[in-house]
Amino acid sequence: MLSCLIRPTGGDAFLCGNSIISTPSRVKAIIGVSPQETAIAPNLTVKENLELMCGIHSFSKDKMKQKISELAKQFDLTDMLCKKAGKLSGGWQRRLSIAMALISEPEILFLDEPTLGLDVIARSDLWDCLRALKGRITIILTTHYMEEAEALSDHIGIMKDGRLFAVGTADELKKKTGTDKFEDAFLNIVKGVEK
Amino acid sequence: MRLLTFSKRTAKEILRDPLNFMFGLGFPVILILLLSAIQANVPVSLFQIESLAPGITVFGLSFMTLFAATLLAKDRESAFLQRLYTTPLEAADFILGYTLPILPISVAQSIICYITAILLGLPVTITIFYAVLFIIPVSLLFISLGLFFGSLLNVKQAGSVCGALLTNLTAWLSGIWFDLDLVGGIFKKMADVLPFVHAVELERAVLSGNYGKIFPHIFWVMGYMIASAAAAILMFLRQMKRQ
Repeated sequence: MLSCLIRPTGGDAFLCGNSIISTPSRVKAIIGVSPQETAIAPNLTVKENLELMCGIHSFSKDKMKQKISELAKQFDLTDMLCKKAGKLSGGWQRRLSIAMALISEPEILFLDEPTLGLDVIARSDLWDCLRALKGRITIILTTHYMEEAEALSDHIGIMKDGRLFAVGTADELKKKTGTDKFEDAFLNIVKGVEK
Repeated sequence: MRLLTFSKRTAKEILRDPLNFMFGLGFPVILILLLSAIQANVPVSLFQIESLAPGITVFGLSFMTLFAATLLAKDRESAFLQRLYTTPLEAADFILGYTLPILPISVAQSIICYITAILLGLPVTITIFYAVLFIIPVSLLFISLGLFFGSLLNVKQAGSVCGALLTNLTAWLSGIWFDLDLVGGIFKKMADVLPFVHAVELERAVLSGNYGKIFPHIFWVMGYMIASAAAAILMFLRQMKRQ
């Protein structure tokens, strides 16, 4: 809903003061989305995928060059620019997917389960990339890995069946539920809701 | 700018797939060569190049439906479209961005078919140019069908419906290989209410220079083209809303 993909059945939400109902185009201009599946164009090279996103956001040629070089450096994609995106490993495709979401210099970045299906090394590398983004951009990350939520998030919202049941830092949620481990805190909240 | 960017991507995705090249451009040419070789070795008139070339050209366009449908279905399944729906691209950019790049590919395919036919003895006349022009509404019909099925089906289903069912319908119900009057009955009636035989007859009339004979076939082709384009737009908007 916040990324304007689904229209709410009621109510409204505001992102940086912009309504998702009345000004979705303004919302789209300030967000970047990296879906759960590695949403890339497989027959295009890494560079062409990034150029595609620049073109969609109507960047000038100079800005396109500058942005691609900046993101390629940031995500270690420089040596892979001429490779077909479909030939990259899962971890590199995920990096490209996030780089594509960052092209438009969004104020808010939505990451839908960014490390799903990745091996330990690829996952750790991606965590480093995400940590590097912290402080510069608001990231809304959805995950089923509790250790990921705890390691990366400043604030955690626990949702079940589309409803938000708890919000706070990992420590606050542990304290609230009287547990030592965040996973236990999560289970406590979710199972408490079920009862 | 946005439309152009998205169109370029569509063209690259299609043209960089070797299977597309093989089926889209290679297969129709192989059919013309093969059937012309058969014709050269039989005493009766089965596959005269003047009649065969327009037929195979129309048949080749059925692969454009397959290209459009599978690309769109893949983009939906891989969430690539979902990503693009969160960008400033509008519905019209998507629909035109899938349609426009396939149109020159269709025209290029028909030019290749007619060049092959010329090499096999088709006389070079201005009507070949007109025949290529008349391919445009037929192409739009096939591309629209692709967008319709690509919006409705998953990749596997789109491959089956467009790659097997539609190509067979186009092949058998278009009168390319045999005179439909010889079969008659329900087969002929079915063929007459579908657009494929009309598209082939339209091309044959234009190529032969008998422009009066383009009627009523052009009405059938245009009618189906408008109906399938409208259905494709509605289906695309429906799946876009569902995202």
